[in-house]
Amino acid sequence: MSATGIVIDVEGLTKRFGGKTVVDRFSMQVRRGQIYGFLGPNGSGKTTTIRMLCGLLTPDAGRGTCLGFDILTHSAQIKRQVGYMTQRFSLYEDLSIAENLDFIARVYGMDGRRRRVDEALERLGLSSRRGQLAGTLSGGWKQRVALAACLLHEPKLLLLDEPTAGVDPSARRGFWEHLHELAAGGMTVLVSTHYMDEAERCHALAYIAYGKLLTHGTVDEVVRGAGLATWSVEGEGLVALAGELRGRPGVDMVVPFGAALHVSGPDPALLEASLAAVRSRPGLRIERVPTGLEDVFIHLMKEGEPVSATTASGN
Amino acid sequence: MFSWNRFVAVLVKEFVQMRRDRLTFAMMVGVPVMQLVLFGFAINLDPKGLPTAVVSAETSAFSRSFVRAMENSGYFRVIAQPALVEEGERMLARGEVQFLLQVPADFSRRLQRGERPAILVEADATDPAATGNAVSALQGLNLTALDRDLAGSLASLRASPAPFEVRVHRRYNPEGITQYNIVPGLMGVVLTMTMVMMTSIAMTRERERGTMENLLATPVRPFEVMLGKIVPYILIGYVQVVVILVAARQLFEVPMVGSLVLLSAVLVLFIAANLAIGFTFSTLARSQMQAMQMTFFFFLPSMLLSGFMFPFRGMPGWAQAIGELLPLTHFLRVVRGILLKGSGWADIAPNVWPLAAFLLVVAAIALRRYRETLD
Ligand SMILES: Nc1ncnc2c1ncn2[C@@H]1O[C@H](COP(=O)(O)OP(=O)(O)OP(=O)(O)O)[C@@H](O)[C@H]1O
Ligand SMILES: [Mg+2]
Repeated sequence: MSATGIVIDVEGLTKRFGGKTVVDRFSMQVRRGQIYGFLGPNGSGKTTTIRMLCGLLTPDAGRGTCLGFDILTHSAQIKRQVGYMTQRFSLYEDLSIAENLDFIARVYGMDGRRRRVDEALERLGLSSRRGQLAGTLSGGWKQRVALAACLLHEPKLLLLDEPTAGVDPSARRGFWEHLHELAAGGMTVLVSTHYMDEAERCHALAYIAYGKLLTHGTVDEVVRGAGLATWSVEGEGLVALAGELRGRPGVDMVVPFGAALHVSGPDPALLEASLAAVRSRPGLRIERVPTGLEDVFIHLMKEGEPVSATTASGN
Repeated sequence: MFSWNRFVAVLVKEFVQMRRDRLTFAMMVGVPVMQLVLFGFAINLDPKGLPTAVVSAETSAFSRSFVRAMENSGYFRVIAQPALVEEGERMLARGEVQFLLQVPADFSRRLQRGERPAILVEADATDPAATGNAVSALQGLNLTALDRDLAGSLASLRASPAPFEVRVHRRYNPEGITQYNIVPGLMGVVLTMTMVMMTSIAMTRERERGTMENLLATPVRPFEVMLGKIVPYILIGYVQVVVILVAARQLFEVPMVGSLVLLSAVLVLFIAANLAIGFTFSTLARSQMQAMQMTFFFFLPSMLLSGFMFPFRGMPGWAQAIGELLPLTHFLRVVRGILLKGSGWADIAPNVWPLAAFLLVVAAIALRRYRETLD
């Protein structure tokens, strides 16, 4: 690992599948001990990027290092120190929980195999169900066992691909507390997610859409960087109002948020002028609110669309 | 770079998965038993007691003893003596009899005159294998059947001894019992089918179940995966061999003259060669279905061109050339050699090294084709 403590350092990573560019000149730097969130709409290339980082896919272009090892030539060394949790459950469904963990411990040549497996089971609270076949676990429990499995060999870097999909809120909270403990101990974590609350728990994040990195930084940096002003509108007849506001000058997007509408745009003055027309209507409460991550991501996603269309046709 | 730990990890996992998969496990023991029963009991390339009709235009001591001699040969069973030839022809056409024997009206008179009269035997030769041996038995009969009846003044008509004598010895299997040939061969056929099939789905199953991604993300190396997936099936192969050998002994009384230790040694090579080809298929196939199709693509020529179904020496040159490339061909020679002839190491060596060469080449291809990425 380099002295600067950069664990993931990649530049210009590109991956094409049959002429379609799925990841396009992607660059990223992740520091040691960081929890780095990886966000983006479905099919944006998150899984593909993570696979390139741990040597499961060969990039068509670009270069970089992971834990100081070249991702193109030293994937064997990288694999030994990385814990990769796949998006789709990929433990053996016809092995028991304990047998799955035991397999992992053997493959990584761990000493004190029995003890480690027992400890992992205890931490999961699954000691009594150690003989249960992994395939018969509920979805959320599968995720938890999978995480335990990829932590078993004490990796230096965790690559987690949507680790909390289908996990209940309290288990998710426990999971994130655990991640922060690990990070405090020096573990680096790259985690992809679709949950905004999880994104906000990350030290830094990157947003990718249509294979392109659109923004990255801390939550504040990302929000500020988007340069959006947002008003919240509450009251009656919001659905009709949304249609009315769309397309007005300065209104970039109108998104329902619970009982409110979030109206955002890059130019606050123009946006306020557009809102002034409806401000006088009875029963409407309009106020400026801080722009949230979700507003930013929806905005970015819309921005990214046409760009990617031209890239795709260019390839 | 080979790691014993990682190899054992894969090995243990495969054993556990195999134990859980009861159906497959049952099939691997069931297939040899079923094949044994089908091939061993049902297939007989030297059938006896074939139904025969005799149309005798005269009844004499000569014709009677000829018919008796035919029945004594074991190949013929006279089931009808129709009065008219047309009736006999009809039976032959309908397949009610395999042979129609016609004794001419003046048979004994012409015999006594020394005219060497002909007895016409019509055979339904649509299945040459069924009639071949019986017809050749008939030829021997012709010479000797009447000797006893040509006594006294007719003694001079006895078949004069040929200037030289052709004596055929059926060695190793004097009675020509088909099972002696089939049952040891069956061992090779069963192993080829089950071993190739089992390993051909080894990697495709990992891919289809999504466990491949996890496996590839671990530091495990291709050779360790291959070995770990092959070794458990070598044991399964031995279980099948024991089942077949016991059945061969108990049910068919197949002799075992040679060394079983030598046989076991060659078996490792043969089983591993088949597992390696299965593993290669499994690195090429995209789905379990494709893997199965490849297995059959390999199995059919193995069965047909190895000398299991048809005599190897009777095949055209190109077919023999293909046959020489197949492990089953060489294994059949080895197993028949050891069990029936008591061959030793020196006798079988020419067929052992092709097995070893096959194993090395195929394993090398498998390792080259093994994809370490998901690309
Ligand atoms: N092996 C492959 N062959 C062809 N196309 C692929 C392959 N793997 C991924 N893709 C395509 O690449 C694009 C990006 O897929 P990827 O799985 O990286 O997205 P993602 O960001 O992880 O999406 P999600 O949030 O739904 O998991 C998709 O359009 C997908 O169809
Ligand atoms: Mg994904």
